[in-house]
Parts: sequence; C-alpha cells; structure tokens
Amino acid sequence: MEFPMIEVKDLQTSFRTDNGEIPVVDSVSFHIEPGEVLGIVGESGCGKSVTSLSIMGLVPTNTGKVQGKIQFKGENLATASEARMRKIRGNEIAMIFQEPMTSLNPLFTIGEQLTESLRIHRKWNKKQARARAIEMMKLVGLGRAEALMDEYPHQLSGGMRQRVMIAMAMICEPELLIADEPTTTLDVTIQAQILELMKKLNRETNTAIMMITHDLGVVAEMCQRMVVMYAGKIVEEGDVSTVFQSPKHPYTVGLIQSVPDMREKKERLYSIPGQVPKPGSQKLGCQFAPRCTHAMDRCLSEAPPLQPFNNGQKVRCWLYGDRKGADIYDSAISSS
Amino acid sequence: METGKGQTFMTQPLVQVENLKMHFPIKGGLLGKTVGSVKAVDGISFSIKKGETLGLVGESGCGKSTTGRMILRLLEPSDGTIYFEGKDITKLSTNEMRKTRSEMQMVFQDPFASLNPRHTIGKILEEPLIVHGVKDRRERKQRVQELLEVVGLSSYHASRYPHQFSGGQRQRIGIARALAINPKLIIADEPVSALDVSIQSQVLNLLQDLQKEYGLTYLFIAHDLGVVRHISDRVGVMYLGQLVEISESEDLYRNPLHPYTQALLSAVPIPDVTYKQERVILQGDVPSPVNPPKGCPFHTRCPKAMEQCSNIRPILKELEQGHHVACHLYD
Repeated sequence: MEFPMIEVKDLQTSFRTDNGEIPVVDSVSFHIEPGEVLGIVGESGCGKSVTSLSIMGLVPTNTGKVQGKIQFKGENLATASEARMRKIRGNEIAMIFQEPMTSLNPLFTIGEQLTESLRIHRKWNKKQARARAIEMMKLVGLGRAEALMDEYPHQLSGGMRQRVMIAMAMICEPELLIADEPTTTLDVTIQAQILELMKKLNRETNTAIMMITHDLGVVAEMCQRMVVMYAGKIVEEGDVSTVFQSPKHPYTVGLIQSVPDMREKKERLYSIPGQVPKPGSQKLGCQFAPRCTHAMDRCLSEAPPLQPFNNGQKVRCWLYGDRKGADIYDSAISSS
Repeated sequence: METGKGQTFMTQPLVQVENLKMHFPIKGGLLGKTVGSVKAVDGISFSIKKGETLGLVGESGCGKSTTGRMILRLLEPSDGTIYFEGKDITKLSTNEMRKTRSEMQMVFQDPFASLNPRHTIGKILEEPLIVHGVKDRRERKQRVQELLEVVGLSSYHASRYPHQFSGGQRQRIGIARALAINPKLIIADEPVSALDVSIQSQVLNLLQDLQKEYGLTYLFIAHDLGVVRHISDRVGVMYLGQLVEISESEDLYRNPLHPYTQALLSAVPIPDVTYKQERVILQGDVPSPVNPPKGCPFHTRCPKAMEQCSNIRPILKELEQGHHVACHLYD
C-alpha cells in the first residue's frame, strides 16, 4: 500500500496564556495524497492557520506546544530538529501566506528574495539562480520579469506580489504547498488569475496543495477533498462533491446556506445564531452545541467522536450516533 | 420622470448625483506645487430612490468608497452636484451640512477601528444624540437602550467597552450609532467584509429588517458580488472612477452588458461543485488612476476592445428599461 505524502495524526497545538494552556488545534487528523488539493475550511479562530504553522514548525516554542504526529514521507516533523526543519521548509514544503503586502521583506529586491531558497537549499550560484527565478516569474505570469528582479516589493501591486510569493514557494519544486488564504486580500478578477495559476501548477508539477480558506467558492473550484474545522476540531471531512451535495454536520449545513448565492436571490439568508466560541471557553460536550438548532442533552455533556460513513465522509455529530438520530435529523432538515 | 418599474417612485429621488468628480492633488517638487492628480472619481451620475438599496460594486481603487464619502461630504467633491431631497448640498456651509447629516449616516467597514476604544458603548451611542440636540439626559439614555435592543444587543451592554465585543457585535453597535438620530439614508461602506460568513448573514438580515421597519434607504458599497446581489434593488458597477453599468439587480446579474461586469461576475467562484461556469480571465492589473487610459477606462484589459475604445470615452446610456451601460459595443 502506498503511504500518503503527509499524514497528520492527533495534532494538538496549544498556547500558554494567563488563563492556562489553551488548545487551539484539538486532535486533528487528516492526510494528503501526492498531487491532491485538500481544502481546509473554517471561520476565524477555528485553528486552520495554526494547523498549517504546526506542520511548518513555525509555532513559537516559548508559548506554543505541538503534540501528535506529522508524518511527512515517513518522517515525524513534530519531533524534527530545527536544523532539519530548515532543510524541509521552502524546499519540500513551501507556504504562501495570506498577506502579500507584509510577507515580503521590503528591504530586499524581488530577485534577492526569489533566489534565496535556491542558493541555500540547492547551493546554486547567482547566475543559475537568477535564470531560474526569471523562468519561474514568467511561469506565474509576471511580464517583464528581468526588470522586476531588481525592483522592491513596494513597487508591485497586490496581485503581482502574490504571484511573486507563489513563484517563491514553487521555485524549489516542493511536494507540498500550503496556501493560507492566498487570495483573500485580492480583488476577484485577480483572484481568478491566481487560482487559475495554482491549478496549472498543480496539474503540471503534481504539487499537492493544502488550501486553507474561509471561502466555500474557492474550495468548490480548487479542491478534491475538504475538511471543515470548528473551534479547533474537524467536524466534517469528505470529497468536495459529497460534502457540498449532502453536508451532514449542522455547522457545515449552516455555513453552506449562509453564503449569499450570486446566481439567485434568496428572500432571507440563513444565519447560524450566536458566535464562534473563544478557544478553551467550553470544556464539555460538542463545541457547536450552543449554536446548534438540533442540539440534544447528550451534545452538551459528551463530546462526539468523528464517525466514518460509507462514502468516505466523516462527521463529528451525535445526530449520527445511531440510526434513530439520523432519522430525526433527516426529517428536521427536510422540514426546514 | 423616473424610469424604475415601481410607479410609487414617481416622486423625486432621495439622492441625485450629477457628474461627481474627486481629483486628489499630488503635491511635488521643491515648492509643493500640484504636479498631477489622482482621479479617484471621474464624473459619475446616478440617483437613489426613497426606500431602495443601491449597491455599488467594483474592485479596490475604483472610487466606490470615495463616492460614499462625498455624498456625506466627508470629502469635498472637486466638481459636480449632489442633491439630497432636491436640495443641492454641495453648496451648504459646514454648519448647515452638519444639520443635514442628521438625515444621512454612515456605517464603516472596520468594526475594530471605527469605535473609540476609550468610550463605553453607551457614550458612543449617545454622542450623535448630543450633537443633534437631544438635550434631556434621561431621554438619551432611553434611546440608547432602545437602539441596543433594535440591533439585537441587550441594554446592559451600554456600560461595556468596544474591546469586550466580537466583530459582529461591534458592527451591530456601528449600525445602532448610525440609526441613533433616525436618518433617512445610510451609507454602508463594506459593512460585512470583515466578518465571518456565519456572522455576515446575521448582519445582512439585520440591515434588511431595519430597512423594512424604518423605511431606510441604503447606499451599500461592497466588493462581494453575492452580498450585493442579496441586499440590493439596483446595482451600479464602477471601474477606475467611472460608472460603467447600472441596472435593476436581477437584470444586471442575469444579463450583464458591459464586458467588465461580465468578467467580474464570471470571476466569482461559486460554492457549488456541479456548476460549471465560463470564465473570462482578465489580463493584467487595473491601470493607475493618476494616469487613466484615454477613451474607455477598461479598454486596456477589455477582450472586446475596438479601435474607437481607446479614443472616445463612452457615455452611460439607457439600453433597456432602467439598464444603463457605458460601452461602445452598444452604439
């Protein structure tokens, strides 16, 4: 049997605060196959970004603690040394951050920043690295690449900077690309360009992508499988088509229904009552129970496990604890 | 006479904007002379009817926020006129304008930056009442309680400070503040773009409820096309300081006429895996408003550009009933 490229198992990332140790990512497990695009969806504070920082070994060690297994090609990254991580970061696993405005160093030229990883990881000389950087910039659709090499980040627009970020992440041909909200701060027409580019790179270089986003439209367009997170836990997992067509967890259902549809005007938007809980504020039961319209007594006292369905879908909800619950839920959904 | 479908709108529009321009000067050189200007808004005209929601969409830098601010005269227009209930407000003095502003209020984008962190919610909501002459302290306190309840918060929240609230709750406070003095027009500049999806729908529903209850008129400025479609009766599309298309919302989304509107609508990812859309991918970036292209502002990226597009600026004209577009394709 072939191993997945990366397998995260029982990842637990917590931060020390004045109120004790607060788990932000709570026993999260998932895997990504080579060449696959996995979407991680959730609202602010659900732990999706901290999950990616944990994989990259970028959680600050003085306040944060990462437990569990992050198995990357047979190697556990959670226990890897900093020297080893430095070899992996930017080389085998690369990351694109959300803000193209702040994630480039304003004091170095685009060329210096683009070639850095080649010079360090591959020990290429300046000339080789420059040629490769120019080639990469053309690949991501940056015209006049030669001139841009000597320019500084402030001279570029947001869309151009994000292209530079992508070029930088892809330059060492990583096997896994972690994209944390790569298009959130961009305008839609620029977003369309960037998504198209990422799809092309995924097709042509077979790079696996972990796409972290809050935008369900982006997930539907880019990903094969998706994971929905809520308050540090995975609440639902499955193929994108399965999850969109028959979402099981009440949170996923609510999330999909809350998005205004551009094709059709609804009289009134569905809205999930209440608000996202602060990490660590609720100890017992299902984290979503206080906002859930289907919550039962059991939900408030006992945390549900992530249960598999036949079609590969997994759901963390007591409604599916037994068949009886599922019947109740089905009728509740159809009547609402 | 108005061309809208509703005959009840036969009366004059609440707001009418004519040839509005905002050119920000660029100072430079040794003596700080004006060496150029950023043409943020470059001659737009539209009207907002009583009780309707006009959505204004466009990408960053297209001038939609500047337009909103000019209507409130938080920015002085370089040229053009704004009529509010038939009265030209561009000529009003600062004092007269302050009085007129009791009829029009603004909800800002950033719920974290638009509330004074050192004031309690009670004080924040009381301030517009003091400014607009509600003298009785008890009356003001009562109004604050009312407002909090109207936007779905509780009266005990009045003694708390902004940092004690979540983003969605803060946006509710921003809305309550705008409602304090019973305005007729609310200009909402990206009111939900900083919020999570599940909270965003709560705030949109609140805005709709308030509109129904108080007969409010909204100018809703946003970049999210789904949100704008949901809330707006009519929608205007801006590009590089110009209004390129304006129409009934249903009509615009179903039958976009301007190539920019078509590209914009096709660029939005739809959260539906069964839906396959034909996408128009635009090349390049929006040109700089310092030196906008001659002719049609969109011709540098337009897939359907013709020769005349680079020379003659198309004017906004009515093509179908209530559907205006500025494009040479329809000459």
